[in-house]
Amino acid sequence: MKENSVLEMRNISKSFPGVRALQNVDFTLCEGEIHALMGENGAGKSTLIKVLTGVYSKDSGEVYVKGHDNAVSIRSPQDAQNIGISTVYQEITLCPNLTVAENMYIGRTKNILQNWKKMNADADKMLSALGIPASATQQLGNYSIAIQQMVAIARAVDMDCKVLILDEPTSSLDENEVEKLFGLMRDLKARGVGIIFVTHFLDQVYEVCDKITVLRDGQLVGEYEIENLPRIQLVSKMLGKDMDDTADIQSEAEAYDDGEAEPVFEAEGLVSVAGIKPFDFYIRKGEVNGFTGLLGSGRSECVRAIFGADRVIGGKVKMHGKPVKINKPIQAMKNGIAYLPEDRKGDGIVGDLSVRENLVLALQVMRGFFKPFSKAQAYKFADEYIKLLDIKTASADTPINSLSGGNQQKVIVARWLLTNPEYLILDEPTRGIDVGTKVDIQKLVLKLASEGKSVTFISSETDEMLRTCSRLVVMRDRKVVGELTGEDLNQNKVMSTIAGGGE
Amino acid sequence: MGKKLVNMTASKKTITDTALLLTITIVTFLLMYLVAIFGLGGGFRTFQAFFDMLNDKSALLIVSCGLSVVMIAGGIDISVGGVIALVGMCCVIFLRDFGGNIFTAFLVALAIGLAFGIVQGFLVAYLEIQPFIVTLAGMFFARGMTQIISSDHLNVTDNEAFQKVLNTRIIIPGLGYTNNNGVYMDSYIKIGVVIALIIVAILFFTLRSTKLGRAFYAVGGNRQSALMLGINVKRTTFISHLICSLLAGIAGYVFFITVGSGSGDNAMGYEMDAIASSIIGGTMLTGGVGNIIGTMFGVFSLSTIQKIVNAAGLGDPWWTGITRAAMLCLFLVLQSIILIRKQKGVKV
Amino acid sequence: MANASGTKERSKFLSVLIKIITNQMFIPIAAILILTIVNLVADPSFFAVRYGTNTEGAKLFAGNPVDILNNGTALALLAIGMTFVTAASGGQDISVGATMAIAAGVIIKIVSGSNTTSSTYAHPLIVAVLVALLAGILCGLFNGVLVSFLNIQPMVATLVLFTAGRSIAGWITGNLSYKFSAPSFKAFGQTFPGVPIPTPIIISIICFIILALIFKFTTLGLYVQAVGINENSARLNGLNPIAIKLSSYIILGVCVAIAAFVTVARTGTFISSTFVKDIEMDAILAVALGGNALSGGKFNLTASIIGAYVIQYLKTTLTALGINAVALPAYKAVVIIILVIISTPSARAWFVRQWQAIAKKFQKVEAKEVA
Repeated sequence: MKENSVLEMRNISKSFPGVRALQNVDFTLCEGEIHALMGENGAGKSTLIKVLTGVYSKDSGEVYVKGHDNAVSIRSPQDAQNIGISTVYQEITLCPNLTVAENMYIGRTKNILQNWKKMNADADKMLSALGIPASATQQLGNYSIAIQQMVAIARAVDMDCKVLILDEPTSSLDENEVEKLFGLMRDLKARGVGIIFVTHFLDQVYEVCDKITVLRDGQLVGEYEIENLPRIQLVSKMLGKDMDDTADIQSEAEAYDDGEAEPVFEAEGLVSVAGIKPFDFYIRKGEVNGFTGLLGSGRSECVRAIFGADRVIGGKVKMHGKPVKINKPIQAMKNGIAYLPEDRKGDGIVGDLSVRENLVLALQVMRGFFKPFSKAQAYKFADEYIKLLDIKTASADTPINSLSGGNQQKVIVARWLLTNPEYLILDEPTRGIDVGTKVDIQKLVLKLASEGKSVTFISSETDEMLRTCSRLVVMRDRKVVGELTGEDLNQNKVMSTIAGGGE
Repeated sequence: MGKKLVNMTASKKTITDTALLLTITIVTFLLMYLVAIFGLGGGFRTFQAFFDMLNDKSALLIVSCGLSVVMIAGGIDISVGGVIALVGMCCVIFLRDFGGNIFTAFLVALAIGLAFGIVQGFLVAYLEIQPFIVTLAGMFFARGMTQIISSDHLNVTDNEAFQKVLNTRIIIPGLGYTNNNGVYMDSYIKIGVVIALIIVAILFFTLRSTKLGRAFYAVGGNRQSALMLGINVKRTTFISHLICSLLAGIAGYVFFITVGSGSGDNAMGYEMDAIASSIIGGTMLTGGVGNIIGTMFGVFSLSTIQKIVNAAGLGDPWWTGITRAAMLCLFLVLQSIILIRKQKGVKV
Repeated sequence: MANASGTKERSKFLSVLIKIITNQMFIPIAAILILTIVNLVADPSFFAVRYGTNTEGAKLFAGNPVDILNNGTALALLAIGMTFVTAASGGQDISVGATMAIAAGVIIKIVSGSNTTSSTYAHPLIVAVLVALLAGILCGLFNGVLVSFLNIQPMVATLVLFTAGRSIAGWITGNLSYKFSAPSFKAFGQTFPGVPIPTPIIISIICFIILALIFKFTTLGLYVQAVGINENSARLNGLNPIAIKLSSYIILGVCVAIAAFVTVARTGTFISSTFVKDIEMDAILAVALGGNALSGGKFNLTASIIGAYVIQYLKTTLTALGINAVALPAYKAVVIIILVIISTPSARAWFVRQWQAIAKKFQKVEAKEVA
């Protein structure tokens, strides 16, 4: 082992049936270093992390940790903890039915008895030291996801770990909370903890990290000092190619002009049970617009209200100028509205069903209970769209949950395209999928608009929205606070409107 | 965002799911008992009435505790009734044909419980077979084996030590009553009650204050998370089944020293009574929520409603089943409404 | 050349074999094969089907295979409904035995009237069957409302009717033992004059045909699976998960009523406390033996039905082997455990590994021979 390194992984390989997830990957983490682990989906980041934390057992290779002379064997998350490797995962991996303090200490104490008083006092001390607004004796499930995430970090910090792994911890945090987290990370770095930071956000990498290790297709591309690797190079290393595609999109978006076409959809004072303020909204034929705002600002809730996904409790809705009633998804669908939900796993795919069944589901429901598609017809649809959207699947009969995230998303897009909607709502269609598919989806959005369909597009990445939308509805605190078009469509203006003060 | 911060800092103390359901159960039981005392009087006014309930239900109380543990850890065990019957039968045969005594019979009961626990726990925890199927097979096996050993109703008659145990009454001083003839009667409980209460106390402490106890809650709440938190999920699941079967063995022994006979039909339907008691006591079948004290009150509540029905003059045998079911239904609906409302409150 | 094609064939054979082992139908079919072998070894005459005259002088088919199909009817019907419920709501209905008792109690009470022993209809049979259907549907509705509207786990929700069902049946029949012996009634559980096949078999075939038609002409299968796998997603695709769950329980209610009719007509007798005791466990077992996940989602109805007949086959086999009826559960338990252990992923993986090892050995031997 090198002198100041806390963790070294050598020649790590891991295969799953049909996939070589990792091939001879090396990884070195030094003391007091924040080290970004980058790669597209399927590059092997998660697998590497899971090998390191004992969730998967590696096929070959060695792991060395500071303080251990020989290679360590990590067979369970418990082993990893004992060795000094703590992890905070993307999804909450705490128990919502236990208290905050229990979540911080369970699985760690050697004692058979739990000293509740001490445990609660310690937990409160730790929480207040980190500025986390949670109380030790409260049930964890009573807190927001963001706070639950922070409790998970507090747990890891409290464990005096040498290696802290943060696996996309920021995806459910808002900017304030991310800042707080970064403060915490720098604090730990000063204490000599080595931090592995996995994220999809490039900005964040350049804000806090010291080094970057890039993986691609299960292989190591290289390890770089942050100042020696400009963004554009990082992206090209992740993709394995130079990326000019986004530039093309830019020009296409600028060429679009919505003119004075009739509104396809109009809403007035629309409000749902999800807790948004009533809002007005319209979209014209062939227009691409979007809702923007911070996470939790109500942008998803707005489109859910339009589709009737949350129960609508007020407001008027018109299609082509005629009043219609949309309280349930099926009513929206019959009016030619399609909705791709934000949470692909939870609301989008039907896991164990095949690609074909997932594809025809929405159209089948619209067609009716007594008119099932013949198998041949369904296969025809499936094959057509697999080809059209370049969906990578073994066959139309493959269960959708064995596809990669990007391809799952394409199936859901295909599902809605199949219903031939006039108005398509895409809520975060590019979240958590690889860069190549992101570009594909953006291109598709513009193509649909040029064919006369209306699209509402939501994305956490503002530049993605600026590239595709000709009008942005800005939200703050569950309220529409502004609308940007034309020359106002730039990063600065969007940011300042979101931040407020411009009203 | 501003709102979020407000939410974060102004989080007022909210009660845990477990505590909420427990409170409901205890309050309901007390109300029911008070209504019985003042409304129906008679049989409810003496302490002995309450102790009789304990005497009758001590075996059920023990298996209910076992089921609560398994259910909190996210599993289910429907073999307990069968295990009780098998233990009873084996104890009878052991005393009658193998010259065993009443104390070594306890070891027989423990051994049977242990065997079921190890096999079922292994199949559920390590081979990851659905607990319902495993324990269903366990139930079939236990009932079938009991019948294979003997399809008769066997009684232990000629064992003096056993008769002594069977008839032992532990007097509770000061809580007696004067009967219709003006004679003062001491209140008493049977040995089984003492065993049951000890078990309740141990389990209450275990679930509340030990690493293992909290691990049950964690595993039942979210297996995946529990694994990530460094809990040995498989071992915890295994132990939950082990405890349940072991308690079923002990319950079988208590049943045996209370009833004094062995039969393939003993403790019929105990598994469902135990599940119902646990649910009324606030244990959720989805796991992660529950409390042993609640379970005890669940057993009391089910038993009390039965007595109330009888005292109210609904003598036909079917009323018991219907009222018990109605009570279960009421609790289920109540719990689900409370939890649904609570969840909605958090989300918005 | 010949050898290369041989190897190819062998690897093809291997991949087919792996497919078979990992197929959902593997367990029920393996179970049938094992039972068949056991019977062939023990007594091949087990499979004899005779065409002859019974004690009442009617010409009909008889023999163990016919008995299995005949006696398995109620279980197969329940397995159908249970599969839907399991798939849609991710849990099982443990009240089917109790609700069958209610439906059967209704039938016998209506046809017998106030006489506990009679052979003349107090009311027409069709009325009795329709009211029983209604009772079955109401029970299904009750369970379905608890599960779908109040979000109570199915096993817990159905515990209510499990506890109350037999008491309700006792209430309907006054806890009396009934015997109704009109020949036209018993014909539904035994045979119609001049028809050589037991009526329950015919009823089950009719039900299977109706089911096949439902699958062909409606989207029920897709909807139930979509709701069972991902309720949120199903809702956002325009489905109504509550209605679909509810209808799965109603389907089970109908199955329960038909099964109750067939069963009560078989003997013409009814006692609420012992009628089809423990059949709920067998019904759930049938679904599991069919390789369906008890946690819901994707399902295979044919596999469940075969699972039901496997259980009946097992019972008949054990009886034929001279095992006392009361001891049956113990043997059943052992068979269940063996079957579920075989079906665990780790056990299947082990099988596949063994086969691959054997195949490799063959290849090596071949390679040597070529050399």
